[in-house]
Amino acid sequence: MHFEYLLQNYEEAAAMILFGIGFSNLLLQKNLIRKIIGLNIMDTATYLFLALKGYIEGRKAPVVVDGVTSVEAYINPIPSGLVLTGIVVSVSVTALMLSLTIRLYRRYHTLDLDEISTLLKKEGK
Amino acid sequence: MDFVQNFPFMSILLSLFSGPLCSILDGKWAKRVNAIVITTIGGLSVSVLLYVVRTGQAFVYRMGHFPAPWGNEIRVGVLEAFMAAFFCVIMLLCMVSGVREREEQIEESRQNLYYVMANLLLCSLLALIYTNDLFTAYVFVEINTISACGLIMIRQTGRTIEAAIRYMIMSLLGSGLLLLGICHLYAVTGQLLMSNIREQVQLLTAGHQYHITLMVALGLMSVGLAIKSALYPFHAWLPDAYGYATLSSSAILSALVSKGYIFLLIKIFYRVVGFELVMESRVANVLFVFGIIGMIMGSVNAIRTDNLKRMIAYSSVAQIGYIYMGLGLATEAGTVASIYHVLSHAATKSLLFVAAAGLTDASRGEAHFKDITGAAYRNKLAGVAFTAGSLSMVGMPMFSGFISKLFFAQAAVGHTHKMLPTFIALAISTVLNAVYFMKTVIRIYTPVSEGTGRAVSLKEQPAKSAALVCFILLNLILGLNSDPVIRLIQNGLGMFD
Repeated sequence: MHFEYLLQNYEEAAAMILFGIGFSNLLLQKNLIRKIIGLNIMDTATYLFLALKGYIEGRKAPVVVDGVTSVEAYINPIPSGLVLTGIVVSVSVTALMLSLTIRLYRRYHTLDLDEISTLLKKEGK
Repeated sequence: MDFVQNFPFMSILLSLFSGPLCSILDGKWAKRVNAIVITTIGGLSVSVLLYVVRTGQAFVYRMGHFPAPWGNEIRVGVLEAFMAAFFCVIMLLCMVSGVREREEQIEESRQNLYYVMANLLLCSLLALIYTNDLFTAYVFVEINTISACGLIMIRQTGRTIEAAIRYMIMSLLGSGLLLLGICHLYAVTGQLLMSNIREQVQLLTAGHQYHITLMVALGLMSVGLAIKSALYPFHAWLPDAYGYATLSSSAILSALVSKGYIFLLIKIFYRVVGFELVMESRVANVLFVFGIIGMIMGSVNAIRTDNLKRMIAYSSVAQIGYIYMGLGLATEAGTVASIYHVLSHAATKSLLFVAAAGLTDASRGEAHFKDITGAAYRNKLAGVAFTAGSLSMVGMPMFSGFISKLFFAQAAVGHTHKMLPTFIALAISTVLNAVYFMKTVIRIYTPVSEGTGRAVSLKEQPAKSAALVCFILLNLILGLNSDPVIRLIQNGLGMFD
């Protein structure tokens, strides 16, 4: 195995580790708020990865201020655009999840999804 | 450029803008707008289909006329246009058949919100079918998830909210993986349009570069979309969501939502990474194994449940398994069989949900097996429709389910490793299907003494009866005229390149 690649691309490796942390939190936590935090870690890790892919060392953000129009001066702006789109998506999804959580909490006074399932079974509907 | 080429984009925009429009209308008008929009889009899609069949080649529509690497594109071939038209038909029938349930189960002030969600759902399905841009596909996958969640939770009970949140969790896990897969693919190809990625991927494979990254991207996208379409181990949200949502929602969710993701996966296989790469990768084997497990476990769960709607929901898990088994064969014939099964399952499962609603109407609204005994005598059309749907699911000749099983078996013939498992799984699953569907049919045709419910006549539910007849006809048309449909699918897959 080429472990030196991991060290060379330590940013990408960190993004993947964060993705794993977020993913397993979203999947395995019982508490709904913790699940939502996991979701946000997972999404942010993806954006970190994307932003890294667009960054070119020593170059600036593609905003023309002092008349430099050469492509060589700027980083790739497309991944940044994708990150922005992704942030919009994850904000709306988080809002929806939180509102669902509030609904469930008002009904069952707990944030534990398994407990809610047992309560539902007891209701027997 | 012919004017018809604008139609796919127009249909997406039409459904997108009719969503917000419905939010300021009252329930009645929103319902009308929704019906008109779906019918119009159906008409537009049919004319696009006729146009593409006549010209014999797919066309690309550039939005804002920006050329390839910069602009966003829509690409339409025979299969895309046919899917759009078919989805519109199913959606319209589902919306029509559930009118009364929606009025009873959704608060008066929220009625119009249902149509907002339905229009957005249609918009995202159309965009998933037509788009040629991978990131646009991701955005519309999320819109699809959110609107489907709205359709589940619009009927406010503890069960539906819990089902909605479970659905969201599973879907978000899936879309996280999908997005990560797209990012990896972008990182090695630098493109977002499907056809451009394909060219780059071919160059990379020819030069033996980034093989592992490509495989990881393919795996992430396949698993992500498999989770979203409820392949077996990821199905926990499905029975509650389908079983307790309002009728139109269950029918639309089972017939269309998961199918949109499957269609996107097929597009990714053929148009993004290329089918040669899928064949040599092991991703197809994973989908095959989980498909087979799903076929059997879905049916086993369906046998164990004692609730009619949950039984139909578990049967969906089994049918999704069939579709992934076909994709997992990694042959052209397997994919054709899978796409045919997408159509067949959409027509049959919505039929079953509507028929089950008719049966429970005649049994004091209860869906437990002990309550629906003899329901077919109290609601005759629903009984006949449920029997027709069951026969199709079991695989009786004349119905569409038979044809798809036949094609799955034919696709497996000659496959060195997968032929035997496919045959065994098909046989076991057919027997299990027969067990639970025939058990139910016998139960609804078992005479009981008076007092378990009231008779429901045809005139009482004109919309539902008309929809049931249309569904049965659609099933028979698919079953009896399978040759033109199969030729169309093969033709459409050919246009994918």
